[in-house]
Amino acid sequence: MAEIPESILRRSAEARAKAEGRSVDEVLAEMKGEAAPAAAEPAASAPPSGEAAQIPEALLRRTAEARAKKEGRSVEEVMAELAGGAPAGGAPAAPAASAAEPAPAAPAAAAPSGGGSGLPEHLVRRSAEARAKREGRSVDEVMAELMGEAPAAAEPALAAAPPAAAAPAAAAGPVRDLDAESATYSVPVPLLERAMVARARKDGTAVPTMAGAAPAPAAAATPAAGGAVAAAAPAAAPAIPEGVRTQRLLTVVKAGAIQQVKAEPHDKVNVWPHLLAIEFVALMVVLAALFVFSVFVDAPLLEFANFNEQPNPSKAPWYFLGLQELLSYFDPQVAGIIVPTFGAIGLAMIPYVDRNPSVRPSDRKLAIMIFSFFLFAAAVLTIYGSFFRGPGFNFTFPWVDGVFFDF
Amino acid sequence: MANGNGEGKVGLKERLGQVGENIRSSQVWSSIFRPGSPLRAGYSDSPRNRSYVIMNNVLYHLHPVKVKRHGVRLSYTLCLGGLSFFLFILLTITGIFLMFYYRPTSPAAFQDIQALSTDVAFGQLVRNMHRWGAHLMVLTVFLHMARVFYHGAYKPPREFNWVVGIILLLLTLLLSFTGYLLPWDQLAVWAVTVGTNMGAYAPVLGDQVSFALIGGVQITPDTLLRWYVLHVLFFPFVIVVFMAVHFWRVRKDGGISGPL
Repeated sequence: MAEIPESILRRSAEARAKAEGRSVDEVLAEMKGEAAPAAAEPAASAPPSGEAAQIPEALLRRTAEARAKKEGRSVEEVMAELAGGAPAGGAPAAPAASAAEPAPAAPAAAAPSGGGSGLPEHLVRRSAEARAKREGRSVDEVMAELMGEAPAAAEPALAAAPPAAAAPAAAAGPVRDLDAESATYSVPVPLLERAMVARARKDGTAVPTMAGAAPAPAAAATPAAGGAVAAAAPAAAPAIPEGVRTQRLLTVVKAGAIQQVKAEPHDKVNVWPHLLAIEFVALMVVLAALFVFSVFVDAPLLEFANFNEQPNPSKAPWYFLGLQELLSYFDPQVAGIIVPTFGAIGLAMIPYVDRNPSVRPSDRKLAIMIFSFFLFAAAVLTIYGSFFRGPGFNFTFPWVDGVFFDF
Repeated sequence: MANGNGEGKVGLKERLGQVGENIRSSQVWSSIFRPGSPLRAGYSDSPRNRSYVIMNNVLYHLHPVKVKRHGVRLSYTLCLGGLSFFLFILLTITGIFLMFYYRPTSPAAFQDIQALSTDVAFGQLVRNMHRWGAHLMVLTVFLHMARVFYHGAYKPPREFNWVVGIILLLLTLLLSFTGYLLPWDQLAVWAVTVGTNMGAYAPVLGDQVSFALIGGVQITPDTLLRWYVLHVLFFPFVIVVFMAVHFWRVRKDGGISGPL
């Protein structure tokens, strides 16, 4: 409740107030938990609490039904178990047993976490492979460890321990000191426990008794007991030691990604008819202009090519006349090679040289100035070479000696 | 009197209208014009149909259904890019026409160009349009580049499309230059001689490049054939590929740039 932004809460409250015909403040207060719910729903505050877990009753029930169906138990049984937050039949540790080490459940216990963490086998295997590769161990070894069997290093101890402790408690199984093992092998106690239970179940032997802990009560798997005790001592349930992480951070979803659902409004118009009409008119105008121009102005055609008679002046096509003009000032290496080469490369590199992100002309005066300078220079050189160069490529005024230029 | 001709018969105009309606309702017609086409029977001007006009049209390759309002203003782009493309199409059409009457061999080339103005119906007109259109295209491509620069439309994410545009500009110049030689008159051969002489000054590979370009140490009839093939096949092919990339990137990079 507290983590929901005020604005969203208010919007929700307004909507609910409108729907129920109440005042917004009233609903808002109720949502914030400051005031009692309206008289119409006196029970509203009770069920959702779900006590410790804060899970609504309905959801809890649905989960319970699903699990009951899957495990073939009665709904009430599972329900009681879920409400208490205790594992199924999870041998409710007697108060005497140290809270940190609940006695392992009997093999029959249908704890979903039994034999590993309830993860699908293939996922565990993948994880095992990755870890094995990283630590340079064999996959099977790591796999066994992950699936809840004893870690590789603990193997000899496990093998050695049972005979020693077998005698005193034949009924309850061998005695092991998990605290000592944990210290010796640097393996958390719960993992050792889990491994022990799994091994016992696999081999069909009795679960070893732990030294230093009270013997586990004989599989108190009755549903009533499970529910009752769990409810009585919810604190004993998790038993996750300090430093053992039971979850991972997969991703962080930013608030904006899920809350900002409204797209930015764009001022847009339909291409048809607005743009296509303009384009069509533009094409028609250009086509008409070109047509009319072509009717009245013929393309030049001089006499047949004669390689022995060079016309004076000889000019390149107009778009190269700027370069040809440069030829009269610079070495051909410069005017014919360096300028056009670097010109083309320089043009192509503009976007990678100009790092200014703004497109506003007032923000990019330098870029515009430089580009305009080159544009202007090219235009001047081209016009100069086209119209102000006569025989011998010498300077001339077009209105004095005529135009020495063909398109 | 009902139809106004005083005879009580169905007027010609109405009958033609009926024929037109029948044609537009026919299966052939509606198979050609996809739903949303204004030429299709029953077209009505609605936002939905306005979208369909583009979406169900080959133009969808070039235009989205909607564009930013400022991009539609004529003064923003002056249609320069579109006009360049249009001129390319026009040059292709007129160029194909000219190819019917042109042989790229030494005396024949010049004679064929001469014959265009005397023996071929509209030959001179089409040749004029091809030549003036080519010069105009160089101009529009160049101005298009300037327009794009002044709008800052080459900035991220459009950097690469600017580079493609520069390549298109160079290809346009090459297309124009290779076509310049084809009339095989004094203007053509000497302009190309001057132009290619500049390239021969390139360091290291200058002579080799020049040799490969003109097919020898100087312009000969071999050059004519070579440049003809470059002009009508090679460069058009290459420029079409780059144009496809260019137009595609315009769409992918977010359509028209701006507003400023």
